Amino acid sequence: MWYYEKKLQYPVKVRECNPRLAKYLIEQYGGADGELSAALRYLNQRYTIPGKVIGLLNDIGTEEFAHLEMIATMIYKLTKDATPEQLKEAGIAPHYVNHDKALFYHNAAGNPWTAEYIQAKGDPIADIYEDIAAEEKARATYQWIINVSDDPELNDSLRFLREREIVHSQRFREAAEILKEEKDKKIIF
Amino acid sequence: MSHTHTKYYYPYVSPFDPCKPISPKSYVTPPQLYLGFQPPNLPQYDPKEALFRGTLWPALYSKYDKKGDRGDVNE
Ligand SMILES: [Fe+2]
Repeated sequence: MWYYEKKLQYPVKVRECNPRLAKYLIEQYGGADGELSAALRYLNQRYTIPGKVIGLLNDIGTEEFAHLEMIATMIYKLTKDATPEQLKEAGIAPHYVNHDKALFYHNAAGNPWTAEYIQAKGDPIADIYEDIAAEEKARATYQWIINVSDDPELNDSLRFLREREIVHSQRFREAAEILKEEKDKKIIF
Repeated sequence: MSHTHTKYYYPYVSPFDPCKPISPKSYVTPPQLYLGFQPPNLPQYDPKEALFRGTLWPALYSKYDKKGDRGDVNE
């Protein structure tokens, strides 16, 4: 089970009314390498992986939900006061006619989120390597979003999220080392 | 340095588990995880055996046994 803290992991400030950025950010909301995919992928893999790395998947999977909230907050702030005309100019009229201002789990191209994004192979090595790849892809996505955003406050939050992907990748790489360890051999320092 | 291609772990077993627990459970750690950049001049199989095994080098050969033959214990 979880305890919920009623605050964001890192503050989200948006300086400019620029709904177009929401169109890009939705990629990290409901896209293949987005935060929803990450959270569900890791929390689902926990059950069939050696005990030594279950805690890591648990913790990182939980943190990904905190990232999901940050992305949701960004998208909400960017769109909540936009007029239909502004949304049209921003290229998100198709979202508007389907969902009004509601958030929805789809990627920047409008494809709905699918469980096919979150592979679970049951082979611990394959699953951990998938997780490392997912973190690198999320890091890259943040880079490309920062490249197309000129909102300094928003980019500050995005840089925080990008840095967390780097830390997660490092931890998963350590998990791979743990899975590779020869159990019966003594580790000599 | 050679590494084992199979590792074992002991998942938590509850006194209330409905099925007979399998413990230890095995998972596969094939040789490419350990080799790094393949050094030159590693020993090779003769060509016929290499064709049969799918690799020229014993260092990259990973024998895969069915789960039941790998020592997963169901008791
Ligand atoms: Fe992450």
